Amino acid sequence: MKFSILINEGPYTHQASDSAYHFTEAALRAGHEIVRVFFYHDGVYNGTRLSVPPQDDRNVSERWSALGQEHSLELILCVAAAQRRGMLDEDEARRAGKDSNNIAPGFEISGLGQLVDAGIQADRLIVFGD
Amino acid sequence: MATKKFLYVNRKPPHGSIYALESLEVVLIGAAFEQDVTLAFIDDGVYQLLQKQDSSAIATKNFAPTFRALGDYDVNKIYVERESLEMRGLGKDDLMPLTWEDEDDDWAEKDSIHIVSSAELAEIIEQQDVLLNF
Repeated sequence: MKFSILINEGPYTHQASDSAYHFTEAALRAGHEIVRVFFYHDGVYNGTRLSVPPQDDRNVSERWSALGQEHSLELILCVAAAQRRGMLDEDEARRAGKDSNNIAPGFEISGLGQLVDAGIQADRLIVFGD
Repeated sequence: MATKKFLYVNRKPPHGSIYALESLEVVLIGAAFEQDVTLAFIDDGVYQLLQKQDSSAIATKNFAPTFRALGDYDVNKIYVERESLEMRGLGKDDLMPLTWEDEDDDWAEKDSIHIVSSAELAEIIEQQDVLLNF
């Protein structure tokens, strides 16, 4: 089956991103296809490469990056949600005149159309939120 | 492109969190994809449609007027759960009028908002292909 994943909460405060990760990982292991993982609302914070959790805790964004790399996943951060929360890639940082960028490897910034398209392409869109 | 039935379920009040505003942003962007779009408002989500909203005292954007544009985007199936309204002492008159023009009926202006019971809403949810919960 083709799944798309929507994550609406950031890392650590809510379990949504953890549950989405475990679901995605299990779905891939069972031979299903992941069309796209889309991060919206505070979910865009999952795409930071500046997170430094304690060593005995999981690293949510690194874990997504690794899974994305292993399975060539599309990990998409909504551009409007990302911009208002200070999540910028190199291009966006330059365009906005900011001195830094903070997007983790494997994540891409794109538009909300990618979320609607994910719903159209997949057999099931699974929403992880609060 | 395949046409699917999209239902956006709005459960949160317009202010206090950004879910309502960012949900409306998806609906407006999604309209360009010419899908069959339905909106549902349940729980505190019914407050999003209240008349005469004024958020100036909390210095946040009052995005309620944007709902009036939905008819122009062919988003004209808006279901509000009756139980959620009643529980909050609200009725249809407390909601802003949202309308659309039916080109198949000599551009007659029609109500977009339908008040439905929780059981009726469950049937509407059952008919959808894609559910987005905000």
